[in-house]
Amino acid sequence: MIFLETKNLTKKFGGNVAVNNVDFTVEKGKINAIIGPNGAGKSTFFNLISGFHSPSSGQVIFKGQDITKLPSNKIAELGVARTFQTTNLFDQATVLDNVIVGHRLRTKSNLFDAILRTSRLKREEEQCREKAMEVLEFVGLEHLAGKLAGGLTQEEKKRTAFALALATDPEIVFLDEPAGGVNPSETDGLAELMQKMVDKGITVCLIEHKMQMIMRIAHKIMVLNYGEKIAEGRPDEIRNNETVIKAYLGGSASA
Amino acid sequence: MSAVLNKRNIIILFVLVSLVFPLITTNTYLIHVMTLAFIWMIGVYGLNLLAGYTGYLSLAHAGFFAIGAYGLGILTVKAHMSFWLAFVLSLLITGLLGLIVGLIALRSKEHFFAIYTLCLGYIIYLVIDKWESLTEGVRGLIGIPAPQGFGPIKFETEKSHYYLVLFFLLLVILVMYRIVHSLSGRSFIAIRNSEDLALTIGISTARNKLTVFVLSTLFAGLSGALYASFVRFIGPDIGNTAVIFDMLTYLIVGGIGTLTGPLIGTLLVIWLSQLLQDFQQYRMLIFGPLLTLLVIFYPRGIVGGVTDIYRKRMAKKEKQLAGKKDSYIQSDLGAKNQVKEG
Repeated sequence: MIFLETKNLTKKFGGNVAVNNVDFTVEKGKINAIIGPNGAGKSTFFNLISGFHSPSSGQVIFKGQDITKLPSNKIAELGVARTFQTTNLFDQATVLDNVIVGHRLRTKSNLFDAILRTSRLKREEEQCREKAMEVLEFVGLEHLAGKLAGGLTQEEKKRTAFALALATDPEIVFLDEPAGGVNPSETDGLAELMQKMVDKGITVCLIEHKMQMIMRIAHKIMVLNYGEKIAEGRPDEIRNNETVIKAYLGGSASA
Repeated sequence: MSAVLNKRNIIILFVLVSLVFPLITTNTYLIHVMTLAFIWMIGVYGLNLLAGYTGYLSLAHAGFFAIGAYGLGILTVKAHMSFWLAFVLSLLITGLLGLIVGLIALRSKEHFFAIYTLCLGYIIYLVIDKWESLTEGVRGLIGIPAPQGFGPIKFETEKSHYYLVLFFLLLVILVMYRIVHSLSGRSFIAIRNSEDLALTIGISTARNKLTVFVLSTLFAGLSGALYASFVRFIGPDIGNTAVIFDMLTYLIVGGIGTLTGPLIGTLLVIWLSQLLQDFQQYRMLIFGPLLTLLVIFYPRGIVGGVTDIYRKRMAKKEKQLAGKKDSYIQSDLGAKNQVKEG
């Protein structure tokens, strides 16, 4: 069975076609990458999969289930997590507090549990806390658990965002520019972390502009340009693809 | 000193002082003002749960306050219901209206939500003002009974009423404390922080927002019902938009999104305006600039400001400690090296 795929996925904003007829399959247990020039529709593509936009036409299928019409929170419950280009952490709270809520979707306690402080709530709070510590350890931030999120570096914020996504117990994570705005050595660290996720059995799909990193770690790459898929394949295939080179460097590919 | 001012200590101090307050003063006027302050606090807590912890600024809460008050007033004065039955029913009515309003209002966000609820609050006020056959319009409802006593406990004196209101206030604080420190509270804060992010980590924002909205209207309704039974007379003015801005002032001065903010803000502003009573209408000349300065320099109010200062100091201390530790380790190493060399 195909793990996650999109069929003829199209999104129009008025007359502007942001994503046009994209067929894409994600390979399970691998690092999949989506690249393309600015404005190619990469983030829109992510938003369609994670349920933020509903597509104009086409389908998203996850493990044989059509998730096209599901709201974001239901998609997250199925095991699809994502991060954003800009990391929205709550600066006045500690890193641990920021991450604890990530496991909320796997708990059942409600407002009555909260008011009556039932044993279920206490148990689930403990469970969330343990999960948060576990994922912080995984991303290598356990030493910062008690620090305020406002005082983190850009790279630490990215790692916290990863931790938050991992706290939802996902099977696949979509990372929108995970290495945006961090320096080269930190980029290597983040690449290692993504590899570590895959080793743990989590499928990774990312958008990135840092070609060196992509070419090194990605198993499969899709290239978008003006909302259309212009190429798909292994890194060495993409590297030598005429259309891709023209899309990036300019030229008269379509003329 | 800031360490002493954490929220648990503030609440304990507040409970102790408020318990003995009627015993140390014989001035019933002071007890009266204090009781009113407690009643407002309950409403402000409701506003805080919605605006402070979930990020949705509702300006309709004066309306829900009035619905609670009029619910109790009409059910006791016109329908001759027993006090506590009317009390419970008025809360249910407020909650039900909150649910209906919330379903519609929560489709909007941010400024639009604030403007929508502002209009809605005004409509509630107009309905109360104009629907004379039900609410007696501008004449107001007179003769609302005091709460019925339980056995030997009666609520006819100012003092006993004071303790009744204090009981409800402490209950509200307990409920707030537990909610904010629970997984539900964390979900609400996640929504305030970023609704998109909350959705991606699987939080049903629509359901959580509606829950908070209904709960916060319930607090406003409770506050209104207690007001009606305490003052015994209500007019449409209690639902006026001026009231919501008073509540908002209490909340912002104390600290929006903090647990003790409503306590401190309400007490401070109400007592300050009592002290400035001699200045009559000129007191706004003092209040206005003070409030503006507060919002500019301490957007999270007095409690938020104190917390920030405390945290900065702690961070500094930690850094100093870490520095000392490093130098200690270095000197230790140095000593070892010396031994080796020796």
